[in-house]
Amino acid sequence: MEDRQTLNRQLAQMLKGGVIMDVTTPEQARIAEDAGACAVMALERIPADIRAAGGVSRMSDPAMIRGIQEAVSIPVMAKCRIGHTAEARILQAIDIDYIDESEVLSPADDVFHIDKRQFRVPFVCGARTLGEALRRIAEGATMIRTKGEPGTGDVVQAVSHMRQMQSEIRRIAALREDELCEAAKQLQAPLELVRFVHEQGHLPVVNFAAGGVATPADAALMMELGAEGVFVGSGIFKSGDPAKRASAIVQAVTNWQDADLLARLSENLGEAMVGINAQEIQLLMAERGL
Amino acid sequence: MKIAVLALQGAFIEHRRMLERIGVETFEVRNPRDWSHPKDGLILPGGESTVQARLLHELDLFEPLRREAADGLPVFGTCAGLILLSTMHLGVMNIEVARNAYGRQSGSFRTTGPMEQVGDMVPMTFIRAPYIMRPTTPDVQVLARVDGRIVAARQHHLLVTAFHPELDDDLRIHRLFLDIVRRYSKQCPAQQQAMSGTTASNVRHDSKQCPARHVV
Repeated sequence: MEDRQTLNRQLAQMLKGGVIMDVTTPEQARIAEDAGACAVMALERIPADIRAAGGVSRMSDPAMIRGIQEAVSIPVMAKCRIGHTAEARILQAIDIDYIDESEVLSPADDVFHIDKRQFRVPFVCGARTLGEALRRIAEGATMIRTKGEPGTGDVVQAVSHMRQMQSEIRRIAALREDELCEAAKQLQAPLELVRFVHEQGHLPVVNFAAGGVATPADAALMMELGAEGVFVGSGIFKSGDPAKRASAIVQAVTNWQDADLLARLSENLGEAMVGINAQEIQLLMAERGL
Repeated sequence: MKIAVLALQGAFIEHRRMLERIGVETFEVRNPRDWSHPKDGLILPGGESTVQARLLHELDLFEPLRREAADGLPVFGTCAGLILLSTMHLGVMNIEVARNAYGRQSGSFRTTGPMEQVGDMVPMTFIRAPYIMRPTTPDVQVLARVDGRIVAARQHHLLVTAFHPELDDDLRIHRLFLDIVRRYSKQCPAQQQAMSGTTASNVRHDSKQCPARHVV
């Protein structure tokens, strides 16, 4: 299993500098692939619609996910509910490339996350803080993303989570060796992982931004804050011209330092997704599964 | 010596770290401005080949890169980089490839094996990897096979692996590439001149007159 964990972390390394897009149909998946997505997230409803529909939100129909796997050649990810080991087994059985144990769906277990080390398939999990990220990695997550606030088109939470994580990483790196035990206690995370962060100055796995990214400028902002890539959920297929916006976001992630290019990429993109302010919403998905 | 690393998407930092450990200077290429800097070789990293190919076109890098690689610039491609060099995209290396040839992530694996011009016990990490179905010209040398499939090859100044040496600790394949870089620049004064100047592409056209380019 040690080897699997390594290979699974390494797949995430190959996704770096890329954009992972939420898609609900094979046709959307092809649009995403053509626009330069490095992977797609197959789900029945994008977060904005989950938010609008309310009720319990579950793993997608495996037949629908299979349709998307057949439509594209890039990696296909899918979401299972937090703590729902059986959904994860089903996704592993259909040979998914990455499982997102996601707070976007309704949690199935309000205490425990999935013991991800028992799986061959890789997992990505959301986190708001360094402690959360290290707990998920201890459980076997081989990739981390910020939670942000999905389905809002409001980037403020993703920014706050990324800043929080990066600043905690810098703090741990600056500690004295003999302060690490106490730091691990405060973070509620295993000492060995805290030690890794102290020595290396980064997480032991790849860290993407997610939750509220809607424009090329949002994506560039997240890269500037230290994200290694970006998930775009509702931002693309809830906008006026998905193909154009998707392609612009892909280029913005690669050349996030080039303001002239970002200016050109941001021109005439059509209508962005209608945003909801993160403080106006009733349901805070980011507070699920800490 | 200065090596350019294509940094559009994927595991480019890993390659830079490998070369830094050997003490070789590198720089990232994300746009035509970066590409205009003088360089002795180019690394095409792993990642998603569809993404990288698309970005090469959109950022106006495809043609300049193809031209210089065809004209003798040493290039090392790993995984997606192998696919880019093949007949599927840039077409500068005469190999036909199968993408995702080992299936999805569940088919990813690590092994060790011998590689010609490198040695024994070479670690080989395959992540949703391609392999080479067949070389289309006899000047392509097969350097390694795993289960009978071609996973590393060389065509004069072009080196490719279907696996990811940048994910393991072993520096030997990167050293082989640097040997190739040295060989192709040393034997061709026109190119060496190009490397110290700012108009590398102009001078490299003259390298057509340099027969050493075709010696392996």
